[in-house]
Amino acid sequence: MIHGLAAVFWRDLLLARRIGAGGATGVVFFLCLVTVVPFAVGPDLNLLARIGPAILWIAALLASLLGLDRLFGSDSEDGTLDLLRASPAPLELVVAVKCLAHWCATGLPLVLVSPLFGLMLALDGPTLGGVALTLLVGTPALTALGAIGAALTVSLRRGGLLLSVIVMPLTIPVLIFGVSAAVAASGGTVPFGLPFMVLCGLTLLCVAGAPFAAAAALRLTVE
Amino acid sequence: MAGRAILGLRLEVRDLAAERGGRLLFAGLSFTLAAGEALGVTGPNGAGKSTLLRIVAGLLPATEGTLALDPPDAGDEDAPVRERAHYLGHADALKGAMTAVENLGFAAAVTGRPAVSPTEALRRFGLSHVEDLPCAYLSAGQRRRVALARLLVAQRPLWLLDEPTTALDAASQAVFGAMMGEHLASGGLIVAATHAPLGLDPLQSLTLGAA
Repeated sequence: MIHGLAAVFWRDLLLARRIGAGGATGVVFFLCLVTVVPFAVGPDLNLLARIGPAILWIAALLASLLGLDRLFGSDSEDGTLDLLRASPAPLELVVAVKCLAHWCATGLPLVLVSPLFGLMLALDGPTLGGVALTLLVGTPALTALGAIGAALTVSLRRGGLLLSVIVMPLTIPVLIFGVSAAVAASGGTVPFGLPFMVLCGLTLLCVAGAPFAAAAALRLTVE
Repeated sequence: MAGRAILGLRLEVRDLAAERGGRLLFAGLSFTLAAGEALGVTGPNGAGKSTLLRIVAGLLPATEGTLALDPPDAGDEDAPVRERAHYLGHADALKGAMTAVENLGFAAAVTGRPAVSPTEALRRFGLSHVEDLPCAYLSAGQRRRVALARLLVAQRPLWLLDEPTTALDAASQAVFGAMMGEHLASGGLIVAATHAPLGLDPLQSLTLGAA
């Protein structure tokens, strides 16, 4: 069973690399969003620095939605999902492993480049660290919530837009505490630990619950 | 079929009923399949052949009825039929970006109980020359043969085949026929939905009416 789950993990990473829907595209999209904002708000460094963490978080959220419709969609279309369901490994674990692979391919690169892109928004050192740390903790929650939406829309050919509409409202709590922790990292009235711990809790909740919800949705919708 | 023989298996289906989209496809369907037997399911389009196979494969819930594969698996007593059957549907379950060998290796790892190596399974279907080619470059018939080779790379006693010979040429059909014969001889079971004759003996047949 472990062997089978490992095979799912490596296959998903391999496909992400070969098809090119993985990290690089997401990072470029992330860069586009971060670059566009200063053009829109103007060259006010103080303003940019103040809203920088929020911009990075929103950009990461949108970038992480990009490849989600393929998370289960391609497996459902070509029949691989039937193969996965016939595996001795429970579907919940398969879903969790697929989410992990998806996060490694798309979420982790966003976390790694966020300090670099933060420089473009005139963020100071502690805030850069805060953004990277909160994204590291928060993006798994985004992937997990996205997996629920991906499973619900798996049987729709053009489910990408609907998926975003379903997932975005669910990510609001993660966004609130992620941004407030990132802002608190550079000082202020709120200690960093408070929103950060809530963010950790939210992520644990999402990561623990989403595989069950997504697997149930897959069983229901794939007929 | 390489590996140990499967002893005295029986697939028992009792009073099965299925609905799709609120429409009753069939009801009161019962059959028993013993080790070494094959069942050919025929019927017009839309009669519920694929639905029947997907229900037996555990991919769809039955509206009514029971099905069991006895005796239970020696390694895992609680293993449902789903984990003891190869389901081969209309889709080939192949990734275009992966080679034939990679696809089969993945299938073997996910299915568990590896039997024949992917390279050997492909050689039997005469696909050795394309084994390192991404499956996107293969023709429909070649993809079908790679999908059929999946039956060999992992050992499961019950084969559920939905139109298995689609797009196959005559030579490949002969290879596949021999493969099914070996599987039955080693005590395996086959349920196949098909319009073309499978050339198997003994073959039970079940005809689903048009609903």
